[in-house]
Amino acid sequence: MKLEVLYFAWVRERIGCARETIETDAQTVNALVDELSAREERYALAFSDLSALRVAVDQDLSEFDAPLTDAREVAFFPPMTGG
Amino acid sequence: MVQIRVQSEPFDYGTECARFCADRQDVGAVVTFCGVVRDDTGDLAHMEIEHYPGMTERALGKIAEEAARRWALLDCLIIHRYGALEPGARIMMVATASAHRADAFAAADFLMDYLKSRAPFWKKETRAQGAQWVAAKNSDEAALARW
Repeated sequence: MKLEVLYFAWVRERIGCARETIETDAQTVNALVDELSAREERYALAFSDLSALRVAVDQDLSEFDAPLTDAREVAFFPPMTGG
Repeated sequence: MVQIRVQSEPFDYGTECARFCADRQDVGAVVTFCGVVRDDTGDLAHMEIEHYPGMTERALGKIAEEAARRWALLDCLIIHRYGALEPGARIMMVATASAHRADAFAAADFLMDYLKSRAPFWKKETRAQGAQWVAAKNSDEAALARW
């Protein structure tokens, strides 16, 4: 399946792009993280400490063990600092 | 009833406060809050606010709906800026209106707590020695437990 993957704040800077289309069979967010981390060092670095990251699936805050069934968009970012 | 504006351009806090619920007679209490770019060290050049277009509006909408579900709100406004902001600039505001003050106060407090750690905004501060992302505070996450 094709997934739009988005990165924000220092995750975007570390990975070096704001968004990309990924062709993947990953069934969960964790599987996508493992796949990307295996692909290149910059992903492995950005994803080295998942406790410092948050994930949204189709623009809803989600968990790393969430399924990606029918997902179109996955975003990775640090804890939010609004207000 | 809920108005949400996510914008790069400045807003006039005074004008927004004056306009909020100005034409209503059933409102007995209005609470407003404004967040400002703070320079603790005296050398902040600017603050850059990044957000997630689409999710931001969605998240703010959900937070406001939850506030309206919990308290007897008659109106609710959230404005949040993104982009480069100077020290002293108004970052965001919330306004809540209700018949009696307790609902407006509680809803504004709730909105701010949720907006801090559940709306997809990230702040980066640029000073003379370089730029740094503002880290989320544990106390921000802990504040949600109050609700």
